[in-house]
Amino acid sequence: MTDQTVPSLRTALHDAHVALGARMVPFAGYDMPVQYPDGILAEHNWTRTHAGLFDVSHMGQALLIGASHAAVAAALETLIPADILNLKLGQQRYSQLLTDEGGIIDDLMVTRPLDPGLDGTLFLVVNAARKQVDYAHLRARLPATVRLVPKDELALIALQGPDAAAVLAPHAPEAGELGFMGATSATLDGVPCHISRSGYTGEDGFEISVASTAVEKVWSHLLSDSRVKPIGLGARDSLRLEAGLCLYGHDIDTTTSPIEARLAWSIQKRRRQEGSFPGAARIQRELAEGAARVRVGLKPEGRAPAREGAEIVHDGAVVGIVTSGGFGPSFGGPLAMGYVPAALAEVGTVVQLMVRGKPLPATICHVPFVAPRYARNS
Amino acid sequence: MSEIRYSKDHEYVRIEGDIAVIGISHYAQEQLGDVVFVELPGVGDTVAQGKEAAVVESVKAASEVFAPVSGEVVEVNGALEGTPATVNEDAEGAGWFLKVRLTNPAELDGLMSAAAYEDFLKTIS
Repeated sequence: MTDQTVPSLRTALHDAHVALGARMVPFAGYDMPVQYPDGILAEHNWTRTHAGLFDVSHMGQALLIGASHAAVAAALETLIPADILNLKLGQQRYSQLLTDEGGIIDDLMVTRPLDPGLDGTLFLVVNAARKQVDYAHLRARLPATVRLVPKDELALIALQGPDAAAVLAPHAPEAGELGFMGATSATLDGVPCHISRSGYTGEDGFEISVASTAVEKVWSHLLSDSRVKPIGLGARDSLRLEAGLCLYGHDIDTTTSPIEARLAWSIQKRRRQEGSFPGAARIQRELAEGAARVRVGLKPEGRAPAREGAEIVHDGAVVGIVTSGGFGPSFGGPLAMGYVPAALAEVGTVVQLMVRGKPLPATICHVPFVAPRYARNS
Repeated sequence: MSEIRYSKDHEYVRIEGDIAVIGISHYAQEQLGDVVFVELPGVGDTVAQGKEAAVVESVKAASEVFAPVSGEVVEVNGALEGTPATVNEDAEGAGWFLKVRLTNPAELDGLMSAAAYEDFLKTIS
């Protein structure tokens, strides 16, 4: 659907990025900062040691509104395999919109608001590049009693890193009390916002949803703290790769099931037993018998990175493909993820990655590559 | 002062007698960002003008380094394998990639002087 002649969309922070000296690149139809003058390595390391501030306003934010929590949860559960019915007030869950064959249309975050007055509403965050596909799918498949309301007027920023909680607490005291994957509405320096304790870097942190018209104020307040620096999409990618997190369109797509992608943890017990989500037959079979191919971590020997698209070879035969690959600054070397047959998925198995026509030995390894430091649930 | 010439692909060649020192320009390293890996040819290999002579990888992507001149590789900067960031710190000095003995010095005439390269950069930025 992306037409290169269509000018890129801009987030509400576009001018702020340019003023900070960002290098802007097209991404998912938006003009986004890939890095600031410090560069990707420094930004990556700063996020791991202090706090990084990311503009992720290109992502899709939407509400699902039904008559009650039970009604809206039951409707969404026909499209995703997570347990939404039993979400607590102020709890967020990671899930996937599935095709009828159990492939992944998109991965998304689903939040039940903390405020009981909003019961019957779910807050969704979806990938930028999949917004239109997701919304069309939801509208086509949800009952008329459940409304999808895209919230294009909202911006989204993420504050990630070991200093994130200490930085945010004075601005929004409610945030510091959240456990991992908890969410609350809050007031940040007088600006109404919705905060969740989550992110996509493997660090403790927060995602802050706020009106586009007010986001520049929140952004600049947070940046005025010396522990906070702006971080671009380049470091966001190396951070999520080290954390072993999937990037839609690369590590997961409509051809991969959540079990192949090793996202079984995101399908709660009740849903596994009951099924009744798209592709349930395949997913239940893969849960019981194992998937034929699975996502694995790959550690290339030496220093040369293997990039997305590199073939994975074993015993002279192509057995899979690298879906994300690069250099992990905190990992201290090249790293990759890809799919291999289940028989080769054991940690320690040696395969070859074809890099510039030459086989590069690599070892199947644990993901995440860098141990996550999410906040503990209180 | 040694003579330096640039290609449109942002490689430089610095002439030291009959030896050409080849690397990527300061502008090129800025565009690449943090260099994390460099793949160099072997001493004794021959490189041909416009063909791949080395590979440089930043955190984001891999890029080919094309030979701005043809020649036989007489030395490579092995230190870059351990400290690839030298390419960012001093692209046109300590961050050189390889040295070749020129096989066709006339190729230098088709490359840009430092002043011409500066003008060229203005046209692409």
